[in-house]
Amino acid sequence: MLCCPCWNKLYQKGTKSPKLQPGKEPWRKENVVADPPSGRTALRMVNVEKYFGLVCALKNINLEVRQNEIVGLIGDNGAGKSTLVKILTGVFPPSGGELYIADKKVDIGSYSVKKAHALGIETVYQDKSLGEKQAMWRNFFIGREMTYPLGFIKVKEEKRIANEIMVNTIGFRGKGIGVDSRASVLSGGERQGVAIGRAMHFEADLIILDEPTVALSLKEVRKVLNFVHKIKDSGKASVYISHNLADVYEISDRFIVIDRGEIVASIVKAEISLKELDQFLLEYSHGLKDRVEP
Amino acid sequence: MKRRTSRLAFMGKIEGLPVAIVLAALYIVLIFAAPSVFTRYRIYMSFFQTVPPMLVLGIGLTFVITAGEIDLSFPAVVALSGFVFTWVFKTLHAPWLGFLLALASGALVGYINGLLVARLKVPSIMATLASQFFWYGVTILIAGGLQIDVQSVTTTLIHTIFVGRLFKVFPVQALWSLAFAVFAWFILNRHRFGESIMFIGDNAEVARVMGINVETTRIKLFTMHGAIAAFAGLLLTLEINVFFPTQGEGMLLPVMAAVFIGGTSIAGGFGVMAGTFFGSYIIGSLEAGVVATGIGGYWVQLVEGLVMAASVIINVVIAGEGVSFLSRSARKWATAGRGEAGGESGDTGG
Repeated sequence: MLCCPCWNKLYQKGTKSPKLQPGKEPWRKENVVADPPSGRTALRMVNVEKYFGLVCALKNINLEVRQNEIVGLIGDNGAGKSTLVKILTGVFPPSGGELYIADKKVDIGSYSVKKAHALGIETVYQDKSLGEKQAMWRNFFIGREMTYPLGFIKVKEEKRIANEIMVNTIGFRGKGIGVDSRASVLSGGERQGVAIGRAMHFEADLIILDEPTVALSLKEVRKVLNFVHKIKDSGKASVYISHNLADVYEISDRFIVIDRGEIVASIVKAEISLKELDQFLLEYSHGLKDRVEP
Repeated sequence: MKRRTSRLAFMGKIEGLPVAIVLAALYIVLIFAAPSVFTRYRIYMSFFQTVPPMLVLGIGLTFVITAGEIDLSFPAVVALSGFVFTWVFKTLHAPWLGFLLALASGALVGYINGLLVARLKVPSIMATLASQFFWYGVTILIAGGLQIDVQSVTTTLIHTIFVGRLFKVFPVQALWSLAFAVFAWFILNRHRFGESIMFIGDNAEVARVMGINVETTRIKLFTMHGAIAAFAGLLLTLEINVFFPTQGEGMLLPVMAAVFIGGTSIAGGFGVMAGTFFGSYIIGSLEAGVVATGIGGYWVQLVEGLVMAASVIINVVIAGEGVSFLSRSARKWATAGRGEAGGESGDTGG
């Protein structure tokens, strides 16, 4: 399996660029942003940047996710993927730039997780999707409880819906797991199932999956991938982040490569094979200097 | 993966049952050991009089510990709120104003604690420790180190309402604290705020990405705890009709013990209100109980320690992990010599 290419930072001079048509190299600046918008976009980021103090985590992020498009986000550790995800999902605001969701401009100052949820963005995280000691029904509705006017939770209602999701959408048949079980009794795959089922229940238009298959067994990885296929079939969009190139390649329509806080390539799947993509990433990381000025 | 349930597990399902059993056992032992005291109602009336302030403090602390934080400043709030109330009562003769201002003073202390913890990211144990010293200092300073006698408060309505005697014997504060415990249970287990607290205590990062405003919730939590501690201070001051600058001192550890033997996790993530309720009565009954048995004052602490340890062990065992640990160990011992016993392996198909 071609996973986790060796992303060492050896800048060897004279390394050849990948063999692609001259002028059409995906890492060329004009090609990066040149994807013509066809139809409506689920998400558009314009010149987004993020600073932590003086440290620049992201800059010049111009990114588009069209409706019904699965975008694979690829990048080394520390490249800025997680920061990008957290900006998209409203965990923290960007330092600058513009954000459009479903073609509507979002006020980045007041953007929050709640707003993102309201705008139809759901996220499945690698490991921080569920509260371990909390009952399943609480995990489904945390952050957007169904409540009576004074803020008291409609427990029966929440449990009923949680049960429906668990049985119908996720397909839990495990004995002894119910809406009252604590999340800690679930296996890694079951946890992702819950997080994904939650995202589906809230009818997201854009689902962000942040390394959803890390630490899963092969069978469970297959389930997650099948789910992403389902996203595509149901006409929704998704951003898929993973280290596993084979997975990303299988489900994505387009790949965006991010490095050191910048988008360095946007490649349509039809233009590249898995082998070429892997080769490109390898050579790219070795021959970093070659790409800067085309 | 098999999900084993133990025969003892049902006890963990009913909130606070294990610690209630400990309390019942304690009273049975005391009735046999000191029948002359524990078969009469007077000792119970005295418990209903002394335990409520501690119970109210324990309820507040249960919220804080559930959120994975700690608050050591509540004894100082007990003193400060007592001072504010008695001072306003003495100088302005306005008991209700004093009551409100006392609650507000507690909330203010809590709010500052919350700012320190949530905004400045000072660890709560350090922030509230400093805050305890500071507010005790402030109280002693403005009180001039003197106690304030408010004997005349006994004639006021506020006294009758909060610490009066029902049928001339039953301390009303026992009912207030019970009602408060029930209300707190609903806030923790059935309210959005309580759910946020549990998720923050469980994993603040999960809470954050799921859309909970962690900082604001923490500030609200500490503010609420300050006001609750002030209420406890008011119950105490009204009951004894006097403010003294060191009141509340010595309550820190018993209240924490009451919360922990009630089964609330020090790691945060869940809180057991019913456990805190029974735990407070265990802690509040122990000292008088052990003295009444006549085995001698030197035994008091030893017995207290034993009862606390027993309660905590029962809670841990019944919480499930302990049960499976015991049964695993038992199987290991049973199959010793035949190599490994029951390694937790396997994969869920479902």
